[in-house]
Amino acid sequence: MGVARVLREALPLLYQGILVTVQITAASLLIAVVVGLLVCLLGMSKIKLFSIISKFYIWLIRGTPLLVQTFFVYFGAPQLIQSFGIDFRLTAYSAGLIALSLNAGAYIAEIFRGGIQAVDSGQMEAARSLGLTKASSMRHVILPQAVRISVPSLVNQMIITLKDTSIISVISLADIVYQAKIYIGRTMESFATWTVVGVFYLVVVTVLTFLSNYAEKKMSYGKNS
Amino acid sequence: MGKIVEVRNLFKSFGKQEVLKGIDLDVEDGEVVVIIGPSGSGKSTFLRCLNLLERPTSGEVYVDSFLLTDRKANIDKIRRNIGMVFQQFNLFPHMSVMKNIMLAPIDTKLLTKEEASLKAMSLLERVGLADKADAYPRQLSGGQQQRIAIARALAMNPDVMLFDEPTSALDPEMIGEVLNVMKDLAGEGMTMVIVTHEMGFARDVADRVIFMDDGVIVEEGKPEDIFMVASEDRTRQFLSRVL
Repeated sequence: MGVARVLREALPLLYQGILVTVQITAASLLIAVVVGLLVCLLGMSKIKLFSIISKFYIWLIRGTPLLVQTFFVYFGAPQLIQSFGIDFRLTAYSAGLIALSLNAGAYIAEIFRGGIQAVDSGQMEAARSLGLTKASSMRHVILPQAVRISVPSLVNQMIITLKDTSIISVISLADIVYQAKIYIGRTMESFATWTVVGVFYLVVVTVLTFLSNYAEKKMSYGKNS
Repeated sequence: MGKIVEVRNLFKSFGKQEVLKGIDLDVEDGEVVVIIGPSGSGKSTFLRCLNLLERPTSGEVYVDSFLLTDRKANIDKIRRNIGMVFQQFNLFPHMSVMKNIMLAPIDTKLLTKEEASLKAMSLLERVGLADKADAYPRQLSGGQQQRIAIARALAMNPDVMLFDEPTSALDPEMIGEVLNVMKDLAGEGMTMVIVTHEMGFARDVADRVIFMDDGVIVEEGKPEDIFMVASEDRTRQFLSRVL
């Protein structure tokens, strides 16, 4: 049981995994924010079909585990497409990225919806009565305040997605957990390796939490001055 | 003198509850009309129908001879000529005072950025808050916020200003500063429709006082007539309670 040995031997390996973990977290969150905003706005549309699509999507994602979604994207969907005679395959990375983005997108849609609904209804009335269009009112008045309200929940979702990447290791995505398993398979250094992996997650989550507190303070519009 | 606002046979229901039961009203250019009445009489709902924050169930509303209640009307464009001041101020908390005032004229392309900035400064001087240009709303008192809200509405050069109980959310010592700004505005010839509980203000400033109760206009007339020799029982009862 040597932490020193693990740090020496495993760190380069784990470092590659960390890069993959951070990369896929950042990429899937970026996509998820776009998906989330889109699904949220679809859900608030007056056009019935749009709001049904949005509700169905959120229902589907929230109602199934990420592990099942990942297997479905990686194995299930390609098989379905192949059955039509189309040669279709996904890399583990693409499948993981799609699954994580779609998963986080549904939750972020709900976060945005909550944020928009939390903005006082007088804000929309004031903007509209000044002659702003609905789209302009959304853009200049409602969304900036909704995003501000959503920041704590968005950071929470970032933390969840970061940790959820570990689930993607089941389809051989070479993230930090996957690298750790390989290293342990070779050396049996379970305790030290999982400790190092755990510390990595803790450090990143702690940094994210500090950043979010800082961002919240920055956006409090003269509250502290 | 032309008519700025024309209301014909206005009805408004919320579900089964009928709040406005056939209202007719004309407001002349430069006229100051004050609407009084007990709470729940429909006066705020009526005011909100004048810029279509509430869509009337039936009836017609014309502003600047545009038919607002027409489904095809460009409501955003007509609203640019109707200023509205709310009980809760509804300033945009994420914008400085200047940005609050400049947003609408710039976004609707009424003014360029430079023009809007000049206009905002002159409006701030007019409401006595030139030193608060860079402040955020929550750094201001209620009275100051409401004066900014008035300046914000004026930035669009409206033909008529609607006031929905503008002093009801204010501490007593701040009511005067807001009423003074409104008094100045009336003196400059602005057309105004005001829902308020400030009877002294109504008596001083109104050209015409309208008493509403239970969704109808019970009585209207010059302030001295309404306050001294109201002809309707309901009006007298209401006034004896509030004066």
